[in-house]
Amino acid sequence: MNASTEVYRLIAFLVGLIAFAALNAAYLVWLERKVCGHIQRRIGPKEVGPYGLLQPIADGIKLMTKQVMLPPQVDPVLFRIAPALVLIPAVMSFVVIPFSENLVAREINVGLLMVFAFASVNVLGLLVGGWGSANKYAVISAARCVSQNVAYEIPMLITVITMVMITGTMNLNEIVMQQPDITRWYVFRFTASPLAPVAFIIFFICSLAETNRAPFDLGEAESELIAGFHTEYSGMGFGLFFMGEYANIVIGTSLATILFLGGWQSPVPFIPGGWWWFLAKVYFLIFCVMWIRWTYPRTTLWGLLNLSWKILIPISLLNLLLTGGMLKLMPLAGGAG
Amino acid sequence: MIMGAYFKDLFGGFWSLIVGLAITIKYFFQPVVTLQYPHESLKMTPRFRGHIDLVADPGTGEPLCIVCGMCQRSCPSGCISLKGEKPEGAKKKVLTAYTLDFTRCSLCGLCVESCNFGAIDFSKEYNLAGPSREAYVFDLLKRLKDRRSNADADA
Repeated sequence: MNASTEVYRLIAFLVGLIAFAALNAAYLVWLERKVCGHIQRRIGPKEVGPYGLLQPIADGIKLMTKQVMLPPQVDPVLFRIAPALVLIPAVMSFVVIPFSENLVAREINVGLLMVFAFASVNVLGLLVGGWGSANKYAVISAARCVSQNVAYEIPMLITVITMVMITGTMNLNEIVMQQPDITRWYVFRFTASPLAPVAFIIFFICSLAETNRAPFDLGEAESELIAGFHTEYSGMGFGLFFMGEYANIVIGTSLATILFLGGWQSPVPFIPGGWWWFLAKVYFLIFCVMWIRWTYPRTTLWGLLNLSWKILIPISLLNLLLTGGMLKLMPLAGGAG
Repeated sequence: MIMGAYFKDLFGGFWSLIVGLAITIKYFFQPVVTLQYPHESLKMTPRFRGHIDLVADPGTGEPLCIVCGMCQRSCPSGCISLKGEKPEGAKKKVLTAYTLDFTRCSLCGLCVESCNFGAIDFSKEYNLAGPSREAYVFDLLKRLKDRRSNADADA
């Protein structure tokens, strides 16, 4: 592959990934409203286009034509860069996600590390947005988001360390390669870690909390904080926060798919693996995220921190110890074997 | 033992979350129960008390009202005003105007009770949004005629 085709490839991936993130944000909102509707035994959007499918386009036009207000008290620099700080890391993380064996923008041997490095920038965006808004609700919300993200990054990273101990690599595509059939998916690999399904649940709960999704959406608790960190944002400023949130959900569920559910590998022998399996698994997990959101009420802040510090962290540490012991006793159980 | 309580809480709490998810997924696959209002609407029950309407003679289609004025006198809010005349050679008075000022009506139903001829009844109308106060002064005679012509068109 010469230099110029490499450039074209990167540009194609760049456009493709941004389009993927934007389309996902638009149509996940539609899906969210449909899922929410049917869980509450309503229909959801149905008027704009067939099954309300044009609703996201109408919403997008509305957001783009709205005036972007800059309230007089805000910090103009921080206020303007915050939405970009939320969206850009989320889109950047897509770079290392393997949609199929060859469909990956850039295969990096520390891909997993890169995703988590960028995932932590997301919370900085929320903090900057809340602080720059010069609004008491936004500041309280920003403080909550930070304490929540600090609390949940620990069990998440401990779980990820456990997974890296088992896989022996941080290259996401190689991790997928190690799970060629359903019995070797890491969520069922009891020989490597007896608590593998628990690790998956911990990872899933933490990714919900990291993306500020209900029931952990304390950052935008409407009843007490108006809309939290994006109270002062209008038009596309708000729209970017929204896109960032949905892009982060896609990233979180993609990672769960790659680490535990075999990525693009096929679970059944008669259908070959490929991007369709990856997307099917990701959208199934996204459906679960929405299902959870419309089932549970919002937790309290102390309940949220209790869950992390008293339950998730001890269990993930226990999982780490057990996995280390298993790998020491039965070295062949882990790794590519 | 303290750890026992911890694990009991942990598993009990987790189980309660699973139960909640089971309930919502059950609802997810059940048919929707909402009424798609502008496209479909509910049929009102027989006892529904909307504003009053004139009742037509099923044979002739003319109002049953004989312009005695009992409803007008019984109305505590003075919403009802009606006029009638006796055409040449006829035995009874014929209703020529019947207006209901719905802005003041409290739907007490005294007019319906006082009518000895069953000439007025509660309508089933509930789509009553309007742009002005004047929109709520109803010409009941005109409504009756409209209903009749609609029924004719349907038949």
